[in-house]
Amino acid sequence: MLKAFLQDDSMRTVRSLLKATILITIAIAAVSSRLFSVIRFESIIHEFDPWFNFRATKYLVKNGFYSFWDWFDDRTWHPLGRVTGGTLYPGLMVTSGLIYHVLKFLTLPVDIRNICVLLAPAFSGLTALATYFFTKEMKNDSAGLLAAAFIAIAPGYISRSVAGSYDNEAIAIFLLMITFFLWIKALKVGSAYWGALCALFYFYMVAAWGGYVFITNMIPLHAFVLVCMGRFSPRLYTAYCSWYALGTLASMQIPFVGFLPIRSSEHMSALGVFGLLQIVAFVDYLRSLVPSKQFQTLLKTVVIVTFLLASAALVLLTVSGVIAPWSGRFYSLWDTGYAKIHIPIIASVSEHQPTAWPAFFFDLQFLVWLFPAGVYMLFRELRDEHVFVIVYAVMGSYFSGVMVRLMLTLTPCVCVSGAIAASTILENYVVLGSPKEATPEEKEAEEKKPRKGALTAEGEPKGVYSPMSKLIVSVTFTLYLLLFVTHCTWVTSNAYSSPSVVLASRLPDGSQHIIDDYREAYYWLRKNTPEDAKIMSWWDYGYQIGGMADRATLVDNNTWNNTHIATVGKAMASNEMTAYPILRQHDVDYILVIFGGLLGYSGDDINKFLWMVRIAEGVWPDEVKERNFFTARGEYKVDEGATQTMKDSLMYKMSYYNYHKLFPSGQAVDRVRGVKVPAVGPTLDILDEAFTSENWIVRIYKVKDLDNLGRDHASANAFEEGKKKKRAASKKGPVSMRV
Amino acid sequence: MARKTAAASGKTATPSGSARSTTPTPPIIPTTTNTISKKPSSTAPPLTGNTFVLVWNQYLATTPQRIRLLDVFLGFLIVVGVLQFVYCVIGGNYPFNAFLAGFSATVGQFVLTVALRMQTVNANRKEFEGVSPERAFADFVFGSLLLHVFCVNFIN
Repeated sequence: MLKAFLQDDSMRTVRSLLKATILITIAIAAVSSRLFSVIRFESIIHEFDPWFNFRATKYLVKNGFYSFWDWFDDRTWHPLGRVTGGTLYPGLMVTSGLIYHVLKFLTLPVDIRNICVLLAPAFSGLTALATYFFTKEMKNDSAGLLAAAFIAIAPGYISRSVAGSYDNEAIAIFLLMITFFLWIKALKVGSAYWGALCALFYFYMVAAWGGYVFITNMIPLHAFVLVCMGRFSPRLYTAYCSWYALGTLASMQIPFVGFLPIRSSEHMSALGVFGLLQIVAFVDYLRSLVPSKQFQTLLKTVVIVTFLLASAALVLLTVSGVIAPWSGRFYSLWDTGYAKIHIPIIASVSEHQPTAWPAFFFDLQFLVWLFPAGVYMLFRELRDEHVFVIVYAVMGSYFSGVMVRLMLTLTPCVCVSGAIAASTILENYVVLGSPKEATPEEKEAEEKKPRKGALTAEGEPKGVYSPMSKLIVSVTFTLYLLLFVTHCTWVTSNAYSSPSVVLASRLPDGSQHIIDDYREAYYWLRKNTPEDAKIMSWWDYGYQIGGMADRATLVDNNTWNNTHIATVGKAMASNEMTAYPILRQHDVDYILVIFGGLLGYSGDDINKFLWMVRIAEGVWPDEVKERNFFTARGEYKVDEGATQTMKDSLMYKMSYYNYHKLFPSGQAVDRVRGVKVPAVGPTLDILDEAFTSENWIVRIYKVKDLDNLGRDHASANAFEEGKKKKRAASKKGPVSMRV
Repeated sequence: MARKTAAASGKTATPSGSARSTTPTPPIIPTTTNTISKKPSSTAPPLTGNTFVLVWNQYLATTPQRIRLLDVFLGFLIVVGVLQFVYCVIGGNYPFNAFLAGFSATVGQFVLTVALRMQTVNANRKEFEGVSPERAFADFVFGSLLLHVFCVNFIN
């Protein structure tokens, strides 16, 4: 009866209805598992980058598309400013802007913030759908449904798409999967229509995320592998060329991408394969006209020689500088130590660190071991589209090992091949048909299999097919599936649902305590400082200050200008006398530091301080030296044993200023580093403490104006405190006070 | 719909059937292939010269009128593309996006036309089971429309 239900034609409508229901349920599950943060905290934008996207979206909705396109932002990167419209991927903002206007047109006024917060969950539902279609092309419906269910709740994808994480990746993974699906479809049918659709979604992807380069290289690689396997076909030509010709032209419409597709090395593989396919197609055509063997070898040589010549020309052009060489970010993918030496700014980002092994299990759970099984099953059949998943699996695994962040691109592939493995198991074991009912053909096939496997008991092939073994396998597997669901929910709720703008902790009685220092401080800035005040902080907080406090910043998460960031790092790392001119030159009014010592919040500026020093050292190796911040024994200390350079640095002073007064004398403890801080706190001459938040996480200092009498701040301060002018004027004055 | 396909296929069949009779060509192929296979290690010039004639004859013999029309279009596109490129090299590439738009319009159109040609040629019938000649033409129109929309946007 089950068989009749699964295969009968008359049941087709019932089956498709069932499929639609399952898909809708999966989409609902995908959305709702991403709502933890909204329910626990509130509808708020998370983390750092999303704050910029949110601010840009607000600008777009308020000022319209054209002024968004030409947006020059003078409130960031003071005094340089940023050509924001030309240096961002507008896909995300335009998408939510469109949704906003459509809803408004339908007389459903929804706050733009809520659209931004819920965009990622909404698109994750669509991702599940795209993954279903993609996997369906690989195997069948049931594998597709499983893959959709996997991607809907896999933590590797949830990590970047919970409600409030309004980042480019929110829509990019959907676009990735739908582009890949359309590519496979185009390749299978060999139709320019699907190729053109693929190019359209590729265009959307280029508009949405810098990771589009992954597609730009994956599709050519697939095509190249197919050609190398001798599987060139007119279908491949049609699909690839229609995609490339349209997609490349389309991608150049995005100002931020511009002429890159023909100028930079990352895009050259696509161009190369395009050229190769032209030659191969032409030769293929000629061969169909002349069926001579010598001639064919001649043609083959022509192809290879042309290919080599073209590669040589490419290298020559790269060396001569017509084509930009690989960008630094790209190099760091091949040589994992590269960024650390040459571009500390990239190495300093936590999501650019190499992945730790447990992270794979944490993010993928049992898919980790189903993944190779699925790839193996694809190998057994090895149709053209299977090659794609295999290539994807190889590339994805490598890249995810290099950078934590690229776990995201691996996850869809793991879900697809995991689903293929899982559905093969389920198809073989769940259906409770006894061998008698099977047709002779099937029976033959079934009997063949166990003989190959190690499980066979001689003469008893039915053993594996007995209801008992089927029961055991399917029950175990169901258990795994259930465990997977539990694991995913647990990970999502514990690890990935914190907005990181608002922190949560548990009180001793188990109730939740919200720590809202960031917003408290940003709100203070918004209300108590002049509109055009310039705030200096480490770049991590630039977007948040711009988004929440609406004040101009010196550096932000865009990190386009390394020197400017190094300047801020230098100001933070040097002593007051050196720092003051820098602050004055950059019109800094307030300085904001993050200090977690009181609360034990480990992501604070003292812990990031070494990166500031390193980045500053990269630009001014003579003035800032990392070595001076370590003790003679090479330790990074903030207690009594800290080096003088460390104690004199602006960052140290700002973090620990007045901190010891919180505690009985001599008892001051830094809870992050777990050390006692000196009983006598640092003094500040050029800054005034302006604001410190409830839990001391955010501390804001006001930069003093020049002294009225033209003295330097140290002597002026000393005078205020009633010291004799003579003593204060000598340079040792403030130092002797400190000791 | 069905009648249309029949008519189309009938039409494509006629040129090769009546205007250029296929009968003279078969003898040509074996003889020339023989000459080639006789001297596998000989110098290239006679081989290439022969093969060009051979290819040309074969082409004339097997290509229906409609496909030839497409081929003329392809030749035209190549000429236009080469002209643009030569201009870019000689005259400079100042409005670079204008040059790119023009050049990629020809390249894109060329590629799409080749795809159309591949999809409609009889020899490839088996490859493209899901694509009828009408569907192929619709694809072609769709792709070209998209291409030119992007080009117009890009050319400034």
